[in-house]
Amino acid sequence: MSSIRIKAKERKGSVNVKTLMKHNMETGLRKDKSGKKIPEHWITDVTAESGGKVVFTAAFNTSISKDPYLAFAFAGKKGDSLTISWKDNTGATDSAETVIK
Amino acid sequence: MKKIISHVAFGLLGLSVSAAVVAGPAEDRAAFQKFYENRFPDTPVADFQNGVYSILPAAREQWEAIEEFPPYELSIERGEEIYNKTFANGKSMASCFGDDGAVRGQYPYWDRDRGMVVTMELAINECLEANGEKPLKYKKGAIADVGAFMSFNSRGQKVNVEIPSDDPRALAAYENGKEHFYTKRGQLNFACADCHMYTAGNLYRADTTSPAFGHATSWPVFRSKWQSMGTLHRRFAGCHNNIRANPYKAQGEEYRNLEYFVTYMSNDLEYNGPAARK
Amino acid sequence: MNRRSILKATGTITAAAAAVAAFPRLVFAAYSEKAFKNPKVEDSLNELFGANATTPSGDVKLKAPDIAENGAVVPIEVTTSMKADKIAFMVKENPNPLAIVAEIPEGTEATVKTRVRMGKTTQVTAVVSSNGKLYTASKEVKVTIGGCGG
Repeated sequence: MSSIRIKAKERKGSVNVKTLMKHNMETGLRKDKSGKKIPEHWITDVTAESGGKVVFTAAFNTSISKDPYLAFAFAGKKGDSLTISWKDNTGATDSAETVIK
Repeated sequence: MKKIISHVAFGLLGLSVSAAVVAGPAEDRAAFQKFYENRFPDTPVADFQNGVYSILPAAREQWEAIEEFPPYELSIERGEEIYNKTFANGKSMASCFGDDGAVRGQYPYWDRDRGMVVTMELAINECLEANGEKPLKYKKGAIADVGAFMSFNSRGQKVNVEIPSDDPRALAAYENGKEHFYTKRGQLNFACADCHMYTAGNLYRADTTSPAFGHATSWPVFRSKWQSMGTLHRRFAGCHNNIRANPYKAQGEEYRNLEYFVTYMSNDLEYNGPAARK
Repeated sequence: MNRRSILKATGTITAAAAAVAAFPRLVFAAYSEKAFKNPKVEDSLNELFGANATTPSGDVKLKAPDIAENGAVVPIEVTTSMKADKIAFMVKENPNPLAIVAEIPEGTEATVKTRVRMGKTTQVTAVVSSNGKLYTASKEVKVTIGGCGG
């Protein structure tokens, strides 16, 4: 199952997007029970696409909170699809698609 | 002395107890609620179910920002999976609690047969064990996730804890919880009432204490401090640790009776869990 | 409303395998180590924008709490009525101040909300790049150790 949850609603031609991405966003500063540092592991890039074009991108540092939240808005319409994808520092990726309400 | 009078009154006089004879739970609750209405006159009664956010506008703003997409939604999803998972015997939690587990409003309740307070978490584990499954730990993890799912589906149900007047043991459990609430304990010598009633809304270092009225409506809770979901008994234990008192066992008699009292005090508010809190 | 499926209502269709194979065509261009793994605000700005001269502007609306409830999860919002191509947010006292950079294509509103970690009381700054210039709004966010955490 995708790590990305999306809420996308159109109102008067503006699509309001809220997304929550399940990811620990390890800062590299935390230590595990044995005292060893947990290596940094975080989402570095997020991209949103709709109607065939990129509507939003963001780059994150490790200072973005665990289970990152993003809200943004773009010109679009109900019924269009919206895809949000992320990439993290290990090269892992994930993606999710939804239909704008 | 008061306890004996209560027993006699409820046993012999039946349902109606003259207010002049003894103050019972109903009178306790009216006085309890009145105290908070007086202390926080700008807070609408129903809003107390939002805890400290009902009395602190600056904190409320941050809470509302978190509520835009609260972290407990991930817990609800996990909870739904756990709830629908088939046991080895072919059944699932739905066999105990119905299709959507919307049973939050039925707990805690007084179990006449066993003479004890039954909470939702206790009932969840009893369901699992009755079906040959391993019980869950009571403070966090799966129990909090499945509790989040069940509470979410129960949102809006009224808090309606009953203290059967014809079973004096129920009243004794209520009184036990009440006594706990008002008794000073721990190295810091605080009673629940000290922070959450008499000085509710005051700053303790950098935390503002929340009113106890409305405490029980929003569990389980995703606490920023924990960065995870936790149950009410997890918080009871945490609070006891904070005042350097020995915590009691989660789902042991002491905490179940405390939950019974605290929840009864919030009767007529609505269940609004799961919730995000500091 | 069927409560059981309320989460499905806000949920998503997981990208099919075909879409996964198409990832390389998506634009993951924004993160740069030089800009982000940088303890100096001015150097980060230089890496991002090729310049670090900024002007405070009332048109940059920064929303952040005066006192953070919890330093691990501080909700922030940056909005501007200017035509912005990028919005950045910096947390001065963090080891690497640059927290996020958002790119605003044509047709997208110049607004972003997120939740940020702040290690201690700090000044925070929203930076908006518009028409080749950088505009800012700043405020202080107090981060405290609570007395009742446990």
